Amino acid sequence: MNEIPQEGSPRVSVGPLTVRPWLVVSTLSWREFIRFFRQPNRVVGAIGTPLLFWLLFGAGLHQSFQVATDGPSFREYFFPGTLVLILMFTAIFSSVSIIEDRREGFLQSVLVAPIPPWSIVLGKILGATLIAWFQVALCLVLVLTLDIELSWGNVLCMLGVLLLGALLMTSMGFAMAWNMESIQGFHAVMNLVLMPMWLLSGAFFPVPGLAAHVVFSQQLLHWVMRCNPLTYVVAPLHELLVGSVASGRIWVPSLGTSLAVTLLFLLAAFTLACKVSRRRTRGDLL
Amino acid sequence: MSGQPVIEVLDLNFRYGSRVALRDVAFQVEPGEVFAFLGPNGSGKTTLFRLLSTLVPLQHGTARVLGDCLAEKPDAIRRRLGIVFQSPSLDRKLTVAENLRCQAALYGLGGRELAVRQREVLLQLGLEARISDRVETLSGGLQRRVDLARSLMHRPELLLLDEPSTGLDPGARSDFWNYLRQLQGEYGLTVVMTTHLLSEGDRADRIGILHEGNLVALDQPEALRRELGGDQVTITCSNPVQLKEQLETRCGVSVHLMDGQLRVPPLENESLWDLLQGEFQQQVESMTWGKPTLEDVFIHKTGQQFQSSSTSGEES
Repeated sequence: MNEIPQEGSPRVSVGPLTVRPWLVVSTLSWREFIRFFRQPNRVVGAIGTPLLFWLLFGAGLHQSFQVATDGPSFREYFFPGTLVLILMFTAIFSSVSIIEDRREGFLQSVLVAPIPPWSIVLGKILGATLIAWFQVALCLVLVLTLDIELSWGNVLCMLGVLLLGALLMTSMGFAMAWNMESIQGFHAVMNLVLMPMWLLSGAFFPVPGLAAHVVFSQQLLHWVMRCNPLTYVVAPLHELLVGSVASGRIWVPSLGTSLAVTLLFLLAAFTLACKVSRRRTRGDLL
Repeated sequence: MSGQPVIEVLDLNFRYGSRVALRDVAFQVEPGEVFAFLGPNGSGKTTLFRLLSTLVPLQHGTARVLGDCLAEKPDAIRRRLGIVFQSPSLDRKLTVAENLRCQAALYGLGGRELAVRQREVLLQLGLEARISDRVETLSGGLQRRVDLARSLMHRPELLLLDEPSTGLDPGARSDFWNYLRQLQGEYGLTVVMTTHLLSEGDRADRIGILHEGNLVALDQPEALRRELGGDQVTITCSNPVQLKEQLETRCGVSVHLMDGQLRVPPLENESLWDLLQGEFQQQVESMTWGKPTLEDVFIHKTGQQFQSSSTSGEES
């Protein structure tokens, strides 16, 4: 048993503490970084799988896929989709960590701290977003392997779009994961919601246009993809990387529309995340 | 704050749907005391902890913590509360120092202030040498101590603990209590805890015994034991059910059957003594005398035995 040190300031009679929400945000974000790099399998999973998809699908579908006669190859077309998949995988891992935080007990002390709920949400989301963003920024180097001339301006714009996309996906992930009690449950949601969202975002194949002769299934696909928030993240990336592929057969939202819709969805997802974080789940009360 | 109760609760009721978890609970906790809520599993003590720690909102009744109304000013209370949960609220992937940094940030502490307080709590709890160790590499007892250090980072005036000894071996449990007493003695910290271990109830200054959501006793452990009078007698016999009936019928006393043994009140009743020495002597295999325990108090107050599942970890 150690003796209490005699030095130091007296312990009782402390003035009221000042809550500093931005310190909470920065510290929780910093924690996300530390955790991420201490779990190497997360790094491999988040970057490795999408890149493998890109290489395999790029090679496999190279001959059979053509957006337009002089349009991009599949490897070029699929590249923005791969970047968005990296964002999504990182967002998923980050959302899973909310369930872990609750199960392992860390979340308890956060929930009883005198801090506004938005600071918890933003801390968690910002940490995951920056991790995802740095990863895609690194992967952008692979553009050099493509037969594309990309200006620095476009690179910066792509990084901007990717940042918004990362914020959107981590916010959505947070809102979905908050009430989940098990990681298995979240995987089910991931397979049912997040993966189809990615597949139907124009990442894998373009959004079909609404020409007069288009069959019903294509019309349905058009509207489903048009309502998908990720479509407005993937479209500007395509445009910045390989130029517009819009035609009668292919629908592409304008850059302005994409930006506005992404911001709106982001605002909605963040608000929802803040709202659900006020709820006490069964896991908090076990 | 001195003189005023640290916690003042009146008419507290809480339900989970139709299930009543707390019923008309009222008590006060005085500054600088170590107070334990003792009860078997499902007695309502964790619900009470959740209410006092602001994890769940008040449904009915009034509660003042550190002079502030729990329903109206939960944030003001949170700033002055240190909370230790049943499972350590630590990030196992982070080091001890990193965990303390996270906790400090939640209470607005950073920079130099963080460094000063981190050093203070690490010294207090003898953790200086483990500052760079990841929590996942520490033993259960050490993790619990780090968790206590975490809860002290913002220098709380009241420390709430929910079954803090869960999962600790007797040595680590004893160490943990020494640290609590040290904090209480040196800084006048008020400590309120829940426990299902009778031995922990004995170590507290005062205890509140909870049973099925009711606060059935509230006093110093010694005073509660004194209420029962003299020594308690435990009887081992071949047919305890039959002997229980016979003793109750013949002597008009209340005899408790526990784990195949009979617990009888102090042998001030001469006819009871005579019967055990005479007529029933053949049935009795052994009789042991002992001071009343908190288990006897619990039986006396509730008419039921303290859950055997709760006590099984007692001597482990």
